[in-house]
Amino acid sequence: MKVVTNIFGSSLGKKYVMAISGAVLFLFLIGHLAGNLQIFLGPDVINRYGHLLQSNPELIWPARLFLLLMLVLHVWSAARLTIENRAARPMRYAQYTPLAASYASRTMMMSGLIVFTFIIYHLLHYTVRVKAINLTGQDFAGPEFQTPIKGLIGEHQHDVYRMMIVGFSNFWVSAFYILGMALLSLHLSHGISAMFQSLGWKNRVYGPFLDRAARVVAILIFLGYVSIPVAILLGYGKEAL
Amino acid sequence: MNLTLRVWRQKNANSPGRFETYEARNILEDMSFLEMLDVVNEELIQRGQEPIAFDSDCREGICGMCSLVINGIPHGGRRGTATCQLHMRHFKDGDTITIEPWRARAFPLIKDLVVDRSAFDRIIQAGGFISVNTGGTPDGNAIPVPKPDADAAMDAAACIGCGACVAVCKNASAMLFVAAKVSHLNLLPQGKVEKDRRALNMVRQMDAEGFGNCTVTGSCEAVCPKEISLSFIAKLNRDYGLATLKGK
Repeated sequence: MKVVTNIFGSSLGKKYVMAISGAVLFLFLIGHLAGNLQIFLGPDVINRYGHLLQSNPELIWPARLFLLLMLVLHVWSAARLTIENRAARPMRYAQYTPLAASYASRTMMMSGLIVFTFIIYHLLHYTVRVKAINLTGQDFAGPEFQTPIKGLIGEHQHDVYRMMIVGFSNFWVSAFYILGMALLSLHLSHGISAMFQSLGWKNRVYGPFLDRAARVVAILIFLGYVSIPVAILLGYGKEAL
Repeated sequence: MNLTLRVWRQKNANSPGRFETYEARNILEDMSFLEMLDVVNEELIQRGQEPIAFDSDCREGICGMCSLVINGIPHGGRRGTATCQLHMRHFKDGDTITIEPWRARAFPLIKDLVVDRSAFDRIIQAGGFISVNTGGTPDGNAIPVPKPDADAAMDAAACIGCGACVAVCKNASAMLFVAAKVSHLNLLPQGKVEKDRRALNMVRQMDAEGFGNCTVTGSCEAVCPKEISLSFIAKLNRDYGLATLKGK
């Protein structure tokens, strides 16, 4: 019991919860990016990958529920910590100069909230496939987004490739996606190194390296994700439209 | 030089405070910031007005008594410098200087620029000590201490407990103070005996006092007059986590 109160009832413990859940979500981002980038290998490859995930509910659902739990823990700890932090300074300074603190570190709550709204939109857009919000007038869940599986007569799989091309061809959808990724990258540029600090896995020897690596990784993740809508807006996969 | 001061005046914790403007005339650049305030107070006393209340003691940067948020930065923003060591040569003739007290729920205001920092004392009482039975004086080098550990412990022990880390932190977190005090003793063989208990109890007291949480912005390290490193906070996180895993 002491372990539970030490973790969920203390300031440091809540930061462990935030760091560990953040680490899992960060690893998911890398996996998700690796999956998405298969769009550049052509429709067959990414559609096969999409079918692999969608045809294995006993694997995908535990993964989804686990990620949801991590997201809930991440948001819960952020909310609790923010409430406590606000309460710790009831009277603000008339003049206050942020010292040494990076822009990202001071705006984690704001970048996090915007990324959170992005995640909800993104799930409704490509996972639940709500027609009304994709702004293209096409139904991603409809039969026109089904494609035959090669070698299996009569079997169909979801045409993930065409869905992505059609989806990102809309300028506003891509713009919101790029904004979401930019804020996610800002969030990560602080979060990746801060999680090592919160878990106590940082010292003077490799601490400065972690700080720099966090920024580089955040930028790489941004470039990786954004490459897809940018390529599509520039004409990649036009034949699928 | 002549300066304009905007100073926070507040009779006590229960009455509302406000900024008052004062002129500081004929200030020498070799004066410390506190000596400048002394000059202003002398003038106020001569005019029969209430002098500005502020904390100070040793005035040589080692006691941790002086405070003051000067133009939005605790201790005025000169690296490794407490307010008492801040010299007026860093200001220009005609400057307007805003002076506020430390602002944190855990540091209730007493008067004007004086706040009650006994929350730090209670955190020390929760574990910032080594329990030894009195007896004969131990031999000088009877317990070997590796040199890097001794140096790191001394770096942590340099903390003077002024509270600037809390004052500058956007969350009013006392993590740098607690980390320094925990690390100072946890790094040494004499203190390692109570390592787990110390980390848990001091963090528990820190939370009970109503300080905020660390969001790793690094402001505390930048403002600390003793330049205590953020890496001690990582060590505190580690010590607390290990103690928790051990089921302590």
